[in-house]
Amino acid sequence: MAKMVEVRAAWGDALLELTKTHPNLVVLDGDLASSTMAQTVAYSAPDFFMNMGIAEQNMMGVAAGMASVGLVPWLSTFACFLTSRALDQLRVTVAQPKLNVKLGAAYSGILTGKTGKTHIDVEDIAIMRAMPNMVVVAPADAVECRLATLALTDMSGPAYLRLTRDSTPVIFGEEYKFELGKLVVLREGKDLTIFGTGVQSVRALEACDLLAQEGISAHLVHVHTLKPLDVEGIVAAAAKTGRVLTTEDHTIIGGLGGAVAEVLSQRRPTPMRIHGLQDCFGESGPNDAMLEKYGLTAKHIAQAAKALLGKAC
Amino acid sequence: MPIDAALKRDLQAKAVQVRKMILEAVHTAGAGHVGGPLSMVEIAVALYFKMLRVDPKNPQWPDRDRFVLSKGHSCVALYATLGLKGFFPTEEVNTYDAINSRMQGHPDMTKTPGIDMASGSLGTGCSPALGMALAAKRLKKDFHTWVLLGDGEIEEGQVWEMAWVADHYRVDNLTAIVDYNKIQQFGFPKDGNIRHRVNPLTRVADKWRAFGWNVLEVDGHDFDVLVPAMEEAKATRGRPTCIVAHTVKGKGISFMEDDYNWHAKVPNQDELAKAYAELDVQRPR
Repeated sequence: MAKMVEVRAAWGDALLELTKTHPNLVVLDGDLASSTMAQTVAYSAPDFFMNMGIAEQNMMGVAAGMASVGLVPWLSTFACFLTSRALDQLRVTVAQPKLNVKLGAAYSGILTGKTGKTHIDVEDIAIMRAMPNMVVVAPADAVECRLATLALTDMSGPAYLRLTRDSTPVIFGEEYKFELGKLVVLREGKDLTIFGTGVQSVRALEACDLLAQEGISAHLVHVHTLKPLDVEGIVAAAAKTGRVLTTEDHTIIGGLGGAVAEVLSQRRPTPMRIHGLQDCFGESGPNDAMLEKYGLTAKHIAQAAKALLGKAC
Repeated sequence: MPIDAALKRDLQAKAVQVRKMILEAVHTAGAGHVGGPLSMVEIAVALYFKMLRVDPKNPQWPDRDRFVLSKGHSCVALYATLGLKGFFPTEEVNTYDAINSRMQGHPDMTKTPGIDMASGSLGTGCSPALGMALAAKRLKKDFHTWVLLGDGEIEEGQVWEMAWVADHYRVDNLTAIVDYNKIQQFGFPKDGNIRHRVNPLTRVADKWRAFGWNVLEVDGHDFDVLVPAMEEAKATRGRPTCIVAHTVKGKGISFMEDDYNWHAKVPNQDELAKAYAELDVQRPR
């Protein structure tokens, strides 16, 4: 049984770790630190933490101004408030001038602790991918989240880190090397290629086991960096099996599926299915019920894989 | 206390030059804003030729004072001022709005020397100014940050988010200036008369006071009161200052003054000549 850790907690711990080596780091919080886990910094390194109140538009601009003077601000709030509430400020004062602002996007995807549709963000990848100059990363587990947080802090320019709320299995060991912009093969296979992103890659890993029980060998690739995309890696992984399924805790429009389709349609047309939320918002409910209703379980991924292969479900 | 007479003459002469450069650039581009740039001329001239610690030869000097033009659509006035200050050749201001120009339609800090922050979507410039002031405190730097807002612009909610956060952190190295020209693009009818339009915001000074700011109200075209207000703002400790500068939209050109039609109208050759003639009379002797 894999160890279970909250990705958001790993982010808070990573920020605290960074305060020891990065004197110019500052965490700006939209009064949600106890939810995003930026509170780790507030309690243990208070000099690196500033509450900006329930005023995300101002917070985004403050971060831009701080970055222009040489600080490295990490924003702490929910994905929906970064990508929707403060989108104009993000676009005009962060993305356009390429300022060194890091966006800690907590509560992404549909598993947000029964908050319901307002706080569930299933459009964020599409919005952030469409934003010029933006780096977009969705880690699969706590280990990768820590490494991504360190890597994004040390790169120059705006970056969006997609965080999830509840404990999920840790799939990477201590030896794991995170390389920004490079996809990771999680499972070798020959019958079809599955691309996953974020924590959905962990459910895809489970799906590979289900498929293996039926004699189907899936090649699973984890795309942690949604932008810039590892174009060559995607083409090679698709070529390996000639069939592609993408899966994500995000709408099927403009997310990982869109990104992979943009690459393959132009570089190597490949039969493909896009699995994710069917162009809809979320609702409140327990995690298991949410995954079941919105079709994001390992079982659903396996069914989509079999449909792609023309096999009965 | 009036300012030094020689300084005042110099600032007034520069204001006339900046107004001519604004009109010429907009005329050349065949596009752009006129009324708002003309109302902020004395403010920009007082800042760049009296108040700001900047080095045109080193626009990225880390210890420079910062200026954010939050009412970004008035940037042609800033370009003219920066050109006169020596950040780039004054002739370059006439490339305003042209393709590949460094003089963009709204301020682009990645292109134009001397521009400290991107702006253009109203309200978005004020928070970066607060961020610069907070960063200066964290980095123990003594530069001062100035942000110029339009009175129409402060209808945006973000401005008031910024205002309370600045008060909360007692940010005293930040000064906001409101270019209170009382007219916006389309405006609101005054006394039911659709031909006479105004900015509906009243009690502007009271609003900033209610948010905890030190507020100074001055004539934004009179260097004798504008410069001392800027000096007082910079010296005030413990809270941010807002200078509510009463101005006239289209200031300096009789047929443009107080007329919302000149918000973004392009002067033709004849209008340009008339405007220049009026400005020549205003040049200090």
